[in-house]
Amino acid sequence: MDPVGETGEVSRVRARSGTPVDQITLDGVLAGEVSLDDIRIHPDTLLAQAEVATRAGNAQLGENFRRAAELTALTDERVLAIYEALRPHRSSAADLDLIAAELDDLGATRNASLVREAARVYAARGLLR
Amino acid sequence: MSDHPIGRFRFMDTQNVNLDGFAVPDPTLGLVAFGSAGDPEPSLVVEDGRVIELDGRAEADFDVIDAFVAAHGLDLAAAPEAMAIDEVAFARMLVDPAVPRTEVVRLAGGMTPAKLARALAVLRPAELVMAMTKCRARRTPSNQAHVTNRSDDPLLLAADAATAAAFGFREIETTVPVLGDAPSNAVAVSIGAAVGSPGVLVQCSVEEALELELGMRGLVSYAETVSLYGTEQIFVDGDDTPWSKAFLTSAYASRGVKMRVTSGGGAEALMGGAQGCSMFYLEARCVALARAIGAQGVQNGGIDSAAVAGAVPGGVRSLMAENLMVMLRGLEACTGNDALMSESDVRRTSRTHPIFIAGSDFICSGFGSIQRYDNMFGPSQWNAEDLDDYLAMQRDWGVDGGLRTASEPEVARLRERAVDAVRAVYRLLGLADFDDIWAAQAVDAAGSKDVPAADLMTPLAASRLIRDLPITMLEVIDALAETGFEVEAERMLAMLRERVRGDYLQTAAIFDEQLRVLSAVTDPNDYAGPGTGYSPTPARQVEIDAIRQQRSVGDIQLEQERSRTEALQVSAPSAEAGHDPREVVIGLSPAAGRAIWRTLCGLTVVEALDELLAGLEEEGCTARVVRVNDSLDLGRIGLTAARLAGSGIGIGLQAKGTALIHRRDLAPLANLELYSVAPTLTRAAYRRLGINAGRHAKGATPEPERNPYSDEAIEARYHTTVVSLVAIERGCVVPGAPVETMTLQREA
Repeated sequence: MDPVGETGEVSRVRARSGTPVDQITLDGVLAGEVSLDDIRIHPDTLLAQAEVATRAGNAQLGENFRRAAELTALTDERVLAIYEALRPHRSSAADLDLIAAELDDLGATRNASLVREAARVYAARGLLR
Repeated sequence: MSDHPIGRFRFMDTQNVNLDGFAVPDPTLGLVAFGSAGDPEPSLVVEDGRVIELDGRAEADFDVIDAFVAAHGLDLAAAPEAMAIDEVAFARMLVDPAVPRTEVVRLAGGMTPAKLARALAVLRPAELVMAMTKCRARRTPSNQAHVTNRSDDPLLLAADAATAAAFGFREIETTVPVLGDAPSNAVAVSIGAAVGSPGVLVQCSVEEALELELGMRGLVSYAETVSLYGTEQIFVDGDDTPWSKAFLTSAYASRGVKMRVTSGGGAEALMGGAQGCSMFYLEARCVALARAIGAQGVQNGGIDSAAVAGAVPGGVRSLMAENLMVMLRGLEACTGNDALMSESDVRRTSRTHPIFIAGSDFICSGFGSIQRYDNMFGPSQWNAEDLDDYLAMQRDWGVDGGLRTASEPEVARLRERAVDAVRAVYRLLGLADFDDIWAAQAVDAAGSKDVPAADLMTPLAASRLIRDLPITMLEVIDALAETGFEVEAERMLAMLRERVRGDYLQTAAIFDEQLRVLSAVTDPNDYAGPGTGYSPTPARQVEIDAIRQQRSVGDIQLEQERSRTEALQVSAPSAEAGHDPREVVIGLSPAAGRAIWRTLCGLTVVEALDELLAGLEEEGCTARVVRVNDSLDLGRIGLTAARLAGSGIGIGLQAKGTALIHRRDLAPLANLELYSVAPTLTRAAYRRLGINAGRHAKGATPEPERNPYSDEAIEARYHTTVVSLVAIERGCVVPGAPVETMTLQREA
């Protein structure tokens, strides 16, 4: 099974910015032409990796990569904030509902359902704020 | 216990192993490895594709771990078959080479935590080794290093990271004694690793949120400190839930950062929350959860609680069974051998050895590549003190434990370059200036105690700047390239490109030195019995075998040449029988004065000879030195000398230092006195042998000299040299050649 980045069409893999991975060069760095978005993974690449993981027999790893693909749309700060909100006793049911709605709006539906599932279990187990 | 134990027990009590704690099993405290009465019966009830009972607990009573595993962790298609299978039958499949890894992993996917725990408890130690050989995800084994120091010294961190990479570690984990130093440590270790080798993964273990931040900024290339626990209470005490961890797992992947979780038997007991369950069952819950949240791998095998598991019967076996469980869940196994679990060298080796010979994705989840005192995780199971031991063990068993030997000149060069690179980058980015004394100390240092010039405020100030400016890995790469470290800049940029490709997010991924991804996808373990599976390439076998300490006959010959002297010369091509009743003849072996110049005890042949002559002089005897050229047998040499001596007493001296006193009427293999343990001899010993030979010549019966005894492994130390020296002696033997008369230029 071929890994995504080694399929012989390396240039097909693009960074989140759209720059083909083989065009991320040291000369570019020295010229100040490489941005942080050029070293971020593209959601399509994560979806392709999800396929690889699932075919290799790990559906949960595939699902993780699909959630990750959705999270590429979020800023670092927002990702850190949602992680914090999911920790025990940080959020009310309403807080988690709001986050789930925000994620749905961003097309991050898998993450939204993860947050809703958390809200249900947290309510049952006394882990809400 | 007696108040006044007998000597034998007083002596045994002082041995290192008795510093370890051993616990009476107590299931109520979770102090039991396998099979507590509190562990549930395995069960799984599914209704309309929904798990409504898991290991004896109904859905309404699910705690957070049950709930997450039930919702996401089990392969319900495989479950009916997997839950029905007899546990012994499944255990047999694990060790049967005819049953492929993929099949046992498929079945394990349908097993509940209690079911899989019960099946793995069946395996005996040798069966664990067989199962691990087959079941690990990646074909090629590997190893992970800790690189830390007491002062977070960036120069020393870089030098030690380069050193770890040179010795073959493919992952390096650092951490901080001072939390604020984390960004500087991440940068320094990343630079050092890039100096040492392309493709080494780097992590900085700190609090969950900060670690994620470091990953997002590109300052580290993987993460591992994402802890899971087997009970709800301890999980929540750890300030997380399965959902927060699942989200965190996806957060790492969303930034292209490899990540594994951490768990380990005994953690819940250590925190007082085992709820009457066995360590192994609670760990089975952690591993099932790791799979459920979508982590690609698990670091377990006790980790910080390894000593708790080690304190109960079967605990060490359970640590290895935990690792195997990770493999059966289809995940990368980073197999502990991390925190030191015993004061005893024997116990800690025993704990690691089965995993070492079976092979795992990472044999150690933290081999302390630095000295014990510099390990800010606490001392490891294996440390810089043990690097050569580990390399010798690889060579002994022909096993790839992930490491390779590294030569002193190469490591010296890499350390200097790593220090120079960090100095240059920190200066250019305005993070710190390091003086020459500090830099020189860091290059040479065996540990932070050797770097008194290190300033503790430097990493803190640099870290603040890295966070506040902020500085990302792109700026570090730019600074490397601008200061003449293009090779390292390219290597670090290559790692950033790999985040974009994402192939190293797959299970058990590492990079080789050509930056090829080796993972469960690209390098799946295909062991199917003898003659299959991983075996080192010829080049890799050389790395394993050619440790720097090995010596050939040629090496020994060269060493001997350095002690060559003109003091011992042939004075006549033959030797006649003497008639002086006080004459003792010393017979030398063929290589003496030809090819062997120094004896095993460190004295030169001339020095040993000089003492023998001095001893004979003390007894008023005359002496002659001859060289026997047709035999290397010491008895023959001594007897030949005795037959030439007017007194009938001869001394035989092999060039390697072995010596005896012989008499003309004895059989060749008999003798009067023998010094058989040449490495332990001294000038005084040779002097006494000379004296005793003189007394024998005068017809007295002297008290024989005793070989000195010691508790050292004399044979381990010298036998290989002896083989070479005997080979050199044999090369000097000329059958039928006459005995020569020698002269010795005596010492002043």
